[in-house]
Amino acid sequence: MAALNLLVNGKRHTVEAEPSTPLLYILRNDLDLAGPRFGCGLGQCGACTVLIGGQAVRSCVRPVSQVQNVEITTLEGLSKDGQLHPIQQAWLDEQVPACGFCQNGQMLTAKALLDKTPNPTDAQIREGMKGTLCRCMTYYRINAAVKLAAKRLA
Amino acid sequence: MIKNSSRREFLQTSGLLVASVAAISVDGVEAFLQRPAAGAGPYPDPDFRQLDSWIAIRPDNTATFYVGKTDLGQGTGTAFRQIMSDELDIAFENTTCVMGSTDITVDQGGSGGSDALQTDGYPMRRVAAEGRRVLLDMAAEYFGVPVTALSVSDGVVSTRTGDTADRTVTYGQLIGGKKFNVTLTGRNIDATTGKAPLKPVQAMKNVGKSPRRDDIPAKVDGTQRWAVDMKVPGMLHARNVRPPMVGATLKAVDESSIKDVPGVVKVVSRGNYVAVVCEREEQAIRAARQLKVEWTPPATAPFPTSEDLFTYMRATPTSSVSEPVVTGDLAAGFAGAATVIEAKYDVPYQGHTAFGPAHALADPSNGQLTIYSNDMKSYGMRTGVAQFLKIPKEKIRVVWMQGPQAYGRTAAEDAGFEAAFLATELNRPVRMQWTRQEETSWDTKGPAYAVNMRGALDAKGQLVALDYDARAGDFNHVGYNEADTVLIAQLMGQRKTPARGRASYPNDKYTVPNRRMAGGVVPMPLAWETPVRMGNLRDPDGPQVTFASESFVDELAIAAKADPVAFRLALLDRGTGDDSGFKRARSIACLKAAAQKFGWDTRTSPRPRSSGDIAVGRGVAYAYRSETVVAEIVEVEVNKRTGHIWAKRIVCAHDCGLVINPDALTHALEGGLLHALSRALYEEARFDQSKMLTVDWITSPTLTHADVPEKIDIIQVNGDPNPNRPDLQHYGAGETICKPMLAAVANAVFDATGVRMRRVPFTAQRVLAALKI
Repeated sequence: MAALNLLVNGKRHTVEAEPSTPLLYILRNDLDLAGPRFGCGLGQCGACTVLIGGQAVRSCVRPVSQVQNVEITTLEGLSKDGQLHPIQQAWLDEQVPACGFCQNGQMLTAKALLDKTPNPTDAQIREGMKGTLCRCMTYYRINAAVKLAAKRLA
Repeated sequence: MIKNSSRREFLQTSGLLVASVAAISVDGVEAFLQRPAAGAGPYPDPDFRQLDSWIAIRPDNTATFYVGKTDLGQGTGTAFRQIMSDELDIAFENTTCVMGSTDITVDQGGSGGSDALQTDGYPMRRVAAEGRRVLLDMAAEYFGVPVTALSVSDGVVSTRTGDTADRTVTYGQLIGGKKFNVTLTGRNIDATTGKAPLKPVQAMKNVGKSPRRDDIPAKVDGTQRWAVDMKVPGMLHARNVRPPMVGATLKAVDESSIKDVPGVVKVVSRGNYVAVVCEREEQAIRAARQLKVEWTPPATAPFPTSEDLFTYMRATPTSSVSEPVVTGDLAAGFAGAATVIEAKYDVPYQGHTAFGPAHALADPSNGQLTIYSNDMKSYGMRTGVAQFLKIPKEKIRVVWMQGPQAYGRTAAEDAGFEAAFLATELNRPVRMQWTRQEETSWDTKGPAYAVNMRGALDAKGQLVALDYDARAGDFNHVGYNEADTVLIAQLMGQRKTPARGRASYPNDKYTVPNRRMAGGVVPMPLAWETPVRMGNLRDPDGPQVTFASESFVDELAIAAKADPVAFRLALLDRGTGDDSGFKRARSIACLKAAAQKFGWDTRTSPRPRSSGDIAVGRGVAYAYRSETVVAEIVEVEVNKRTGHIWAKRIVCAHDCGLVINPDALTHALEGGLLHALSRALYEEARFDQSKMLTVDWITSPTLTHADVPEKIDIIQVNGDPNPNRPDLQHYGAGETICKPMLAAVANAVFDATGVRMRRVPFTAQRVLAALKI
C-alpha cells in the first residue's frame, strides 16, 4: 500500500492503495464516483472511460500510480455550475440512453472526438466512436447526438 | 415534456426520489407514507388487494405509483406513469413511479415476455381508475353534491353549483398523506380490480404522447446510482474462480498460494463452487487470479466443438419431440407439385453478453437479507434465494436497481444467489462481481437451431405444401431464479431432471393448404455445470425460427419468379377463414406500410449483377408474436472484396396495438433492430471440446458504431380495421422486433449477390467463402 495523490474533477485526493491498482477501482470505491463503470477490465469496451489531458482513457487498465497529479475528468466533472455540458444536453435532447450503462464512455469519447474534430463527418464519428460499445445498440441516436452537440459547440 | 431542471426541482421539493436511486430513498418514501419501516425487515408481501399498495397521494397533489415491474432501459416506468395518471386523472408531471423492489411493490413478476403493458398494464389502469372513483366519492361528500355534478382534471376536482363561483378541491387536499384503506378484488395480481371502469382510449390525455423518459436525465448527468454502485458499511468484495475445463471436478484448493495477497478474508469452496472474498476489490481480483486450484478433467467431452455443432445436432437422437402442427395433407401436396425445393438453416448458440458483467450486493444486517440487484425478476430472486438458503421469504427482500441491458434470463440471477450465499457464510455484506470472461463464457445462451425446410409450388407458382422440421439445442433450458438450476446450485451438486426444452414453430399468418411444423430437442452430452446452458434470450427462439421460415419463403418466392413482398401478401390474402384479432389484416397492413416507406419496386431477386466491389440489395421478412406484428426491410451493401455486410437502411413497420409513448417505443425498436442485426452479423458462442472460446469483446464481437445504418425508419402502424375503438388494446412491443432481422439480412444479401446465407452469423469470412463457390 502507498499514499497516492490524485487530481479528479478539480479536487485533490490522497488515497491508500497498491500502486498497480487500476484507476477505475480507486475512482469508484475510494472516491465514490459512479460515472466510470466496470464493463470488461480489458480496455475493450469503453465503459470506464475518463478524460486525462483531453484524451479518452480507459481507467480499467491504467495503473493509478501513473496518473498521479494529472487532471482527471469523469462524467461527474463534465457539467459546470449545474449546467449540463452541451454533449450531455444533446444526449438528453436526442433521448439517447437505453439502459445507459455505456453512456459514460460514449459521452466522454464523444468529448475527446469533438475536441479534436469539431465538425466530424459520419465516417469520422464511426471511426472515432467504434471502440466504445453499446449492447442496447443506441448507436443510431448517439450518432445524431454527436452531430447535434457539434452544431451547438460550433 | 419534463425538462431536466424542472424534474430535479420537483424531486427535491417533493422530498421524493425515484426507486432507482437507492433503497434508502425508497425507505424515505415509506416513512413519508407512514408505512411500516420496511428498511429493517421483516418484509411481508405487499397486499395487492389494498389500493394503498399501488398508489400514494401527497398533500401537494403529487402521486407515486408502485408497480411490480422492472425496466431494461426501455422507459416502461414513464409509460406506466402515462397510463396510470390518465386513469387517475392527475397531472403526469406530478407523478413518479417506484418499481420492482419486493418489499414495497406487489409481485407483478418483474420483466419478461414483453408483457409489461400487454398484461400488467391492465391492473395498473384498474387500480388507478379505482383511485379516481374513490377520490370523486370523497369530493362529492366534501361538496355535498352527487358525483355526477363533479369534473376532474389534473388532480383538481371541480363542481358547478349554478349560482355561485366554481368550487375546487385537490386530490392532495382530500387524501394527501393519508391512506385510502380501500380493499380491491381479484383472484390474483393480474386480475386486481376495483369497481371503476377503465377509460375509453379516446379519453386518455397522456397516452399516445411522448413525454421524455424519466430515467434518462440521471443517466446523462452522472447522478444515476445503479445496482453496481450500491455500497453498505463493512462491505466485502468477492470474485468467483471457475473451472478451466467445463465439467471438471474440484480436487484441491491451495490457500497458501494467495498468502501474499493483502485483505483476503476467506476462500469459500463448496462442491465445485469456489470464490474468494476480500476487503478491497482489487485484492479480490488478484486473489482470484492467483489462487491455485486443482481440477480433475471430466471423463467425456461436455459438448462437440461449435464448428461441428450442426452436424452433431442433425445426427443425434432427439431427447424430446414437439407435437407436430399439421394442416391438410403434406404428402399429397408434395406429390402433386410442379416444383419442390428444400434448404437447411443453422443458427448457433448466442449469449446475452450483458455489457456490464453480472453483479449483486447482499447485506445480512438485522438478521435479514437484502439483495441489491438489477435482475429483471426481483421477485423470483427473493423466492429462489429463500429456497436455496432455506431462509423464510419474509426475511428477504430484493431491491431492484438499474443495471446493464440484459434481455432475458441472465447471470444477474446467478450473481444474486452467489452474493446471498457468501453474505450468509461470512455474516457480512458481500458484493459479487463477475469478470468479462465469466460473463461472456458462463451466461446462459439462446438455443441453437438446425432447421430443415421443404416446400412445393404448383405450376402457377402457388405455394401448395410447406414443411418445417427443427432441431433445437434447447435441452435443459433453465428457468428464472430456480434454487436448483442457478449456476452456484449446479456447481454445488444440485441435480434435478433436466428441463426438456422445446422446438418452436413459425407463427406467421400465411395460408398454406398443406403444411407441417415439427421439431425436437437435441441434448448436449453434459447437462449440468456447463456454459452451454439455455436461458431465455430476447424472444427466446423467434430469431432462429424466423430466420429459417422467412428465408425459405424468400427462396420459394424466387423459385416462383415472384416479388418477395407480393408473394407474402398473396399468402396472407388468400386466407378465407375467420381473421380473429385481425391477424392477417394487420400482417398485410405492416408489410404494405414497410414496402411503401422503403419505396419497394416489384421484381424478383436477385437484382442484376453489378460491377465493382459493392453489391446492393434489399430483403424483407415479417413476424407475429403475442398480437404484435412486425415487417422489416433491410438494404445492404455487400463488399465483395472483404465480405463485409453493411445494413445501410432499415425500414420497420410495427403494430403493437395502442401505443403509450411513441418516441420511447421507437427508441426501443431501434435498439431491438440493431441487437438482432448484431446477432445476424457477428454473434456466436464458440467452443472447443472442453471450454468456451468466446470470452471477451475480441473473441465475441458485437455490432459497433462502424455498423450503424445510415437511416432507420420506424412506422407505427395501427392495422386494426377499427383503430378508433375505445377498448383498443396495448400489446407487447418488446421482443417481436428481434424476429425478422436475420432473415431480412440474408434475403437482402441474396438480392445483392445471388448468394444464399443459411448459416448465422454472416461473418465476412463466411460471406467471402460463399461468394467464391
